Amino acid sequence: MNDLRTPLARAHGLGSAREGMRPWWLQRLTAVALLLLGTWFVVSVLLLLRSGYVAAHLMLADPLNAILMIAFTTVLFWHAQLGMQVIIEDYVPTRWLEIMLQVLVRFLAVLGALACAVAVLRIALGY
Amino acid sequence: MAEFSLPKNSKVIPGKHYPAKPGAKNPRTFRIYRWNPDDGQNPRMDSYEVDVSNCSMVLDVLLKIKNEIDPSLTLRRSCREGICGSCAMNIDGTNTLACLKGLDECGRGIISIYPLPHMPVVKDLVPDLTHFYAQHASIHPWIRTQSPPPADRERLQSPEERKKLDGLYECILCACCTTSCPNYWWNGDRYLGPAVLLQAYRWIVDSRDEDTGARLDELEDPFRLYRCHTILNCTRTCPKGLNPAKAIAEIKKLILERRT
Repeated sequence: MNDLRTPLARAHGLGSAREGMRPWWLQRLTAVALLLLGTWFVVSVLLLLRSGYVAAHLMLADPLNAILMIAFTTVLFWHAQLGMQVIIEDYVPTRWLEIMLQVLVRFLAVLGALACAVAVLRIALGY
Repeated sequence: MAEFSLPKNSKVIPGKHYPAKPGAKNPRTFRIYRWNPDDGQNPRMDSYEVDVSNCSMVLDVLLKIKNEIDPSLTLRRSCREGICGSCAMNIDGTNTLACLKGLDECGRGIISIYPLPHMPVVKDLVPDLTHFYAQHASIHPWIRTQSPPPADRERLQSPEERKKLDGLYECILCACCTTSCPNYWWNGDRYLGPAVLLQAYRWIVDSRDEDTGARLDELEDPFRLYRCHTILNCTRTCPKGLNPAKAIAEIKKLILERRT
């Protein structure tokens, strides 16, 4: 189809979405949270290096560790989803494919975060 | 949208070679992108051996080629002192102004010259900047007020308020920064790009303007503004030494500020 719109009409497009700050800000906020939680996670894993399954189980059964672990995995999936959202927006030009990927990534992120939370809760609550 | 390979009719092929004239004292080789919309051929890289004894800037060389070797070479130029922005092109791997790029700043080997990247080409080194200019027009690059100006004087601005425009008003809209930005390459139809966003910020921080909120509204968009991922090619390449990335960050900060 020939596009006979004026250059200014093309530049205006559908106008401003009046939105966009939230995901940008959340990406930074989750990054800062991951720095802190990631440090805790790495230190915990290093401390468990020479211990066995039982020690790891006991560590996760501690309420504070369970909370931090759930926070870590949830923020990790959240941050990954926000990052993937930007990558898909940048590099997937086919509209239907872009929307499908965005929905798929969101679903997978929620499922991943829920699975991690349930796994930690099972240990923490002794099921 | 992302394009990782050139379309068939845009593949660049080797072109003609123009050897140095006998007796050339200081010959240097320049590979220059050539494309003529009228001959149906693919773009080619012509190479010119030029005696650069009397040339200090790349623009001098290009004009020497045009005047003495190949008059069909097409380029834009006007002021030859870094004010008009006409001779913006990709020289030796960097977007810059041919009139400000000294030969001594280029590498020692062959110097390659292309038009500004990822823009439609009109001919040879002349890119089509229609969309870029339309995007600039879309941000209303003029003062917007409701209050009438004072009857007996101009709209006043304190020295401190005026100082905020330093580093912004100097932009000459040469498009070097915008066409160096990968996000503009992929999403230039919707992303405004560093030059236009710097210009938008120039009016947002102008103390005499009364439409700051509306300007921020117009920019708050996942593509118009937030496609900037702070790659910083814009700041690295600006031939005027400006910092469009900082201007974009300031806009993002202002949008955050009014929400918190």
